[in-house]
Amino acid sequence: MVLCDVLKLIDGKLHTCEEEVDIYIKSACGADLMSDVMAFSKENALLLTGLVNPQVIRTAEMMDIKVVIFVRGKKPTDAMCELAEEKGIVLASSDLSMFTCCGLLYEAGIVGTGN
Amino acid sequence: MKQALWGQVIKVKSILKREYEIPANDFALAGEASSNVRKILTQLGVNPVIIKRTSIAMYEAELNAVIHGNGGKALVEIFEDKIQILIYDEGPGIEDIELAMVEGYSTAPDSIREMGFGAGMGLSNIKKNADEFLLESEINKGTKVYITIALF
Ligand SMILES: Nc1ncnc2c1ncn2[C@@H]1O[C@H](COP(=O)(O)OP(=O)(O)OP(=O)(O)O)[C@@H](O)[C@H]1O
Ligand SMILES: [Mg+2]
Repeated sequence: MVLCDVLKLIDGKLHTCEEEVDIYIKSACGADLMSDVMAFSKENALLLTGLVNPQVIRTAEMMDIKVVIFVRGKKPTDAMCELAEEKGIVLASSDLSMFTCCGLLYEAGIVGTGN
Repeated sequence: MKQALWGQVIKVKSILKREYEIPANDFALAGEASSNVRKILTQLGVNPVIIKRTSIAMYEAELNAVIHGNGGKALVEIFEDKIQILIYDEGPGIEDIELAMVEGYSTAPDSIREMGFGAGMGLSNIKKNADEFLLESEINKGTKVYITIALF
């Protein structure tokens, strides 16, 4: 599923890298604990999180995560957007909850990999 | 012996050496060194799977130096066949290394947990991703983490 369809599904808004809406998303993970993302995320290009701080961007970078979606109406700060833009990481946000976002994406065929 | 080349990115065959300052208590900056090494490895055309393993191991060690070790330094050397990373700090040290290695054991304060870390997964994650991993620590002296990753 391409990113722009993912965003439509969860009423997401883009904050960085608007040109990247064609990225193909096959699997995702949802977590507020970056320790877990570091330890268990395998091949996921998409991270859904309710956590907002610069280390979310760094964690995404290290794990080859291309898109981070902030749930529950959380918005990345300007500093985070700058950092993400520099690293070519797409930041988006949705007002829906983590559970609802994950559910909608799962229903649409996006799977979870790893444990 | 091969000569070390400082300050420039060159062909895979040559040796490259970098030193990074890891600032204490600046959580927003934690990961800069790992990010830079990642960039270099990408420029050198290293296999993405190896880059990811290196990134994970180094970032976990760098975070530990920031969170637990009052900051420190990273020494990174790239050889023809391997990457060697030493991350060291002069922080409080680890009393019981065996215990620190246990998944889930963490002394991270609540402020760090609120930032999404402190699950006690870092050291075992380093071990999992490194080809060689050595942890040396002395109370009140500091901690050294040696990581080697084979390039092929
Ligand atoms: N550089 C260090 N200096 C002092 N203590 C350390 C250092 N690195 C690790 N430790 C100790 O070992 C424990 C386990 O480290 P580990 O990296 O596995 O987990 P963590 O850092 O607490 O959480 P996580 O890595 O999952 O975010 C730490 O909580 C800390 O007590
Ligand atoms: Mg750690």
